[in-house]
Amino acid sequence: MKPEKKKKIVKTIRIDVDKCNGCRACEVVCSAFHAAPKYGSNNPGRARIRVIHEPLKNIFLPVYAGEYTAAECMGRDKYIIDGKEYDECAFCRASCPSREAFKEPDSELPLKCDMCESDPPLEKPLCVQWCLNDALVYEEREEEVDEEEEKPEDAELAVEALIDKYGFDKVSDVLARIAAAKAASKKA
Amino acid sequence: MRYAETGYNLEIDLSKGSIERVPTDPKLTELHLGGLGTNARIIWDRVPPDVDPLSPDNILIFSTGLLCGTPAPGANRTIVSTISPQTLLMHFSMMGGFLAPELKYAGYDKVVIKGKSPSLVYLWINNDKVEIRDATHLHGKGALETAELIRQELGEPRAQVAAIGLAGENSVYFASIEHGRSSASRGGIGAVMGSKGLKAIAVRGTKDVHVAKPERFFELCNEVLKYIEFRAKNPIKGVPPILAGIGSPQEMAIHDEEWHTTSFAWGNARHRRKGFWTKEVEESWRRSQERAVQRLVSCYNCPMKCGAIISYPALGVSRYMMKCYSKLTYVMAAMADDLDFGFSIAGLAQEYGVDGYSTPQVMAFAVELYEAGILTDADLPGFPKDNKERFFYLLEKIVRREGIGDVLAKGVYWAAREIGKGAEAFDHNTIKRHEQIPIKLGMLNPIYFVMWATGEKANITQIEGQLPQAPFPTKELREDFVKDWIQVPTGKEERFKKFVLEWGDPGTEFPFYPPIDLICELVDWQETMHYIDDSTGICAGLSSFPLKPPYHIHNLPLIISAATGLEIDEDGLWEIARRNRTLVRAVNVRRGLRRKDEKPPEDHWKKRFPEYEAKILDEYYEYKGWNKEGIPKKETLERLELDFVAQDLVRRGILEGNGEGK
Repeated sequence: MKPEKKKKIVKTIRIDVDKCNGCRACEVVCSAFHAAPKYGSNNPGRARIRVIHEPLKNIFLPVYAGEYTAAECMGRDKYIIDGKEYDECAFCRASCPSREAFKEPDSELPLKCDMCESDPPLEKPLCVQWCLNDALVYEEREEEVDEEEEKPEDAELAVEALIDKYGFDKVSDVLARIAAAKAASKKA
Repeated sequence: MRYAETGYNLEIDLSKGSIERVPTDPKLTELHLGGLGTNARIIWDRVPPDVDPLSPDNILIFSTGLLCGTPAPGANRTIVSTISPQTLLMHFSMMGGFLAPELKYAGYDKVVIKGKSPSLVYLWINNDKVEIRDATHLHGKGALETAELIRQELGEPRAQVAAIGLAGENSVYFASIEHGRSSASRGGIGAVMGSKGLKAIAVRGTKDVHVAKPERFFELCNEVLKYIEFRAKNPIKGVPPILAGIGSPQEMAIHDEEWHTTSFAWGNARHRRKGFWTKEVEESWRRSQERAVQRLVSCYNCPMKCGAIISYPALGVSRYMMKCYSKLTYVMAAMADDLDFGFSIAGLAQEYGVDGYSTPQVMAFAVELYEAGILTDADLPGFPKDNKERFFYLLEKIVRREGIGDVLAKGVYWAAREIGKGAEAFDHNTIKRHEQIPIKLGMLNPIYFVMWATGEKANITQIEGQLPQAPFPTKELREDFVKDWIQVPTGKEERFKKFVLEWGDPGTEFPFYPPIDLICELVDWQETMHYIDDSTGICAGLSSFPLKPPYHIHNLPLIISAATGLEIDEDGLWEIARRNRTLVRAVNVRRGLRRKDEKPPEDHWKKRFPEYEAKILDEYYEYKGWNKEGIPKKETLERLELDFVAQDLVRRGILEGNGEGK
C-alpha cells in the first residue's frame, strides 16, 4: 500500500548574506527566547543561529543549527565565493564533534533551531523579527509529503548525544542511579 | 543573583603578574549604575592626583556598561577610563563593537589594570581562565593585524580583541585603542595601555547574562526596535541629511558632505570653504566612496549601519572599518580635495592606532609651522612638497617618535610649548590641552559656548545632541518637529517646545537669546543624557546624540529597572547621572581643573562677549551646584551622597569647610 500524501507547511528562512550587517541580534534574541525563564537571560554561546562573522574578510554568514550528528565528516570542504574563502564546515548546520558550534557551552549537548516553536505560535521566528535589515526573511510554503514520521523530541536527541559521548552502558547506569536517588529522596 | 551586571571585576596587576576575580558592591550599582559611573569611583578611590598618567600607578579600566550583554539594542559600548597623558585629566573614551558584551559573557563587568609589565604582554580572558601572555612577537604590529594574529594563535576565531598599534607602544599622546569595528581614541588612552606594556586584550565568553523582569524587559526592547523602524521611515524634515536620521551620522551610506565640508574648517582649523561642494566634487566623492565601501556594518546587537568595511585595492589599502566623519578629518586638515586620500591614510592610521580627530590636526599644525619657518628642513629632512605626501611623512615620524615626531607626538598644546619660537600662537584649537573639532564660526552661540567650555569628555559630540543645531526655517517645520517630540523631560515640555517654535523669529538671535536660565536647562539635559549612556553602555547614536532618538529619559528608567530589578524613576536616573558627572568633575578638580581651563578657543567665534560669557558660565556653574571656580560645592556633593569627596576636597584646601571654593 502506498503511503498517504499529507499537506505540510514547510517553514523556511531565506538568508541574504549581502544584507547581513553582522550585528548578531539574531544570536541575542534566539538565546533569550530559549532561556528559562523565557527572556530571563541571554548568551549567544547558546544560540541556535550563529553568524560567521569575519568582517575583515567581508564574511557575514548566518547559519542555523540543524541535526545533531555523532561523527564528523570524512572530508572537509572549503568554498570560495566571490573571492572569499569560507572556512571548512562554514555552511554546515550540524552539531558535530569537530567544532564548538551549536552545543550548549556547559554540557556540550546539541542545539537545534526549532523556528521558535511556542504556544501560541509566533508570527515568525524572533531572529527574523529582530533582523531589521532583512538579511533573514521568513517564508512558508505548502508541500505534499509522505505521512510524517515520528520526530524525535529534544530530550531524545540529548540522550542520544550523551550515549554517543559516554557509551550506552554508562548513560543507562547514570539514569538508573539518578532514578534510584530520586525515589529515595521522595520516600524521605 | 545579580541582574544585567555580573557582579565581578577582574583586577590585574601587570607589575606583579597577578590576576584576581573580585566581587563588586551592589550598592555602587545603585549609586552609579556602571560603566563610567563606577569607573570614576574607582579612579577617585585609587588614583591620587599626583599620579603621572604614564606611570605604573595610573589605572586603565576597560568597562562594560550596565546594559551591555543584555538584549537592549545598541548596548555594546566599552568605556575605557584612565588619566590622560595629554590633558592630565580623567578621560573616558568609549567604543562600540563587540568587546563589552563578550566581557559580560565571560563573567566580568570590568577589567581594572594597574602596574607595568616588564615585557610586552597581552591579556587572554576565556571565561574563568585568564592569562597574561607573552606578546613580544607582536611588537610593532598593526592594531588590526595584532587582533588577527592573536585570534589565530589562540585558535579562537570568535575572540574579541582590542589592541594598540605602534603609536600606543610608543606612548603617543593621541594613541588609540583599536577594536576593528570601533576604537577608543580620545585623550591618548592607547599611550597609557602602551606604558603598561599591554599590547592587547582578547576576550571570549559563553556564560549567561540575566535580566530581572524578563517579559517586561523584552517588551521594552521591542518598543525600541519599533521606534528605530519608525525613525528610519520618518527622517527629521528641514535639517541636512546627515542630521536627519539616527545613529552616528550616516557618512558611510551618504556621500553628500556639503554640510561638513562647507561648515567645518580646513587645514589647521583655519579656513571655511563655503563654495567647496560643487557638482564635480560631489561626483568624484560619490565615485570614490562607492569604490571604497564594501558593506555597511553594525556594532553588536544594533540594526543601524553606521560603519563600513573599506577596501581599496587600487590604492593599496587593505580592509579596515570606518565610521562617521573620520573619512573627512585627514582630507580637510591636509587641504586635500580628494576623498581617496582620506580612505587611504585613515587605514594606515588605524593600524598605527592614532586618533582620527587629533592626528590630522597635529599634522596640519606642523605644516603651518613649516610654512611659517618655525619648523625648518633641519626638523623635517626631506619634507615633501605635496600636502598629502607630507601627511604620510608626518604620520610615520609621529608614530615612531623620530626627530620632530617625538615632540609632535605630544599633541598640539605640548608641542607648541616645546618648539617655542612663536609656535604657541598656532595652538588655537585646543581646550584643556586637547585638539577639538575644527569649527570656526561668526556669532557666539551661547548654548554651545557652555558645552565647549565645560564638557569633560573634551569632544563636543559627546555632550551635544537632542536639540536642532540651527533654527528651523519655517513655522511649519518647527510645528512638525515638536508635534511628536516625546523625548523632552517631564516638566520641560512647554519651555523646550516653545524654544523650538519661536527660535528663528525676529528677536531670537544669538548671543542674547535664549535666556540664560533656559540655556542652563538645555545644556544640562543634553549632557545628562550622555552621562546616562556612558553608564549603561547604550550607544549615543541611539540615545543622547541624534534628534528624536529611540532611547530617552522616559523609557531609560523603565529599561534599566526591568533589567536590573532596581526601582529607578526619571528623577532617580537624573540624580545618578548628576552624581556621576559631579564625580568626574571632582576627580579633575583634584587634579587642578579650574574655571580658567574652561575656555573655548578664542577664535571659535569671531564675535565674542567676554562679560556676557562670564555671566553665562557663572549661572551655569550655579545651576550645576558648583562654585565660581567650577568646583562642586560641599552641599552639592553631600546631597549626591558624595560626602567622602567633599571631605577630601576640604582636607586638600580645594574647598573651604563652608562649601565655598578658595
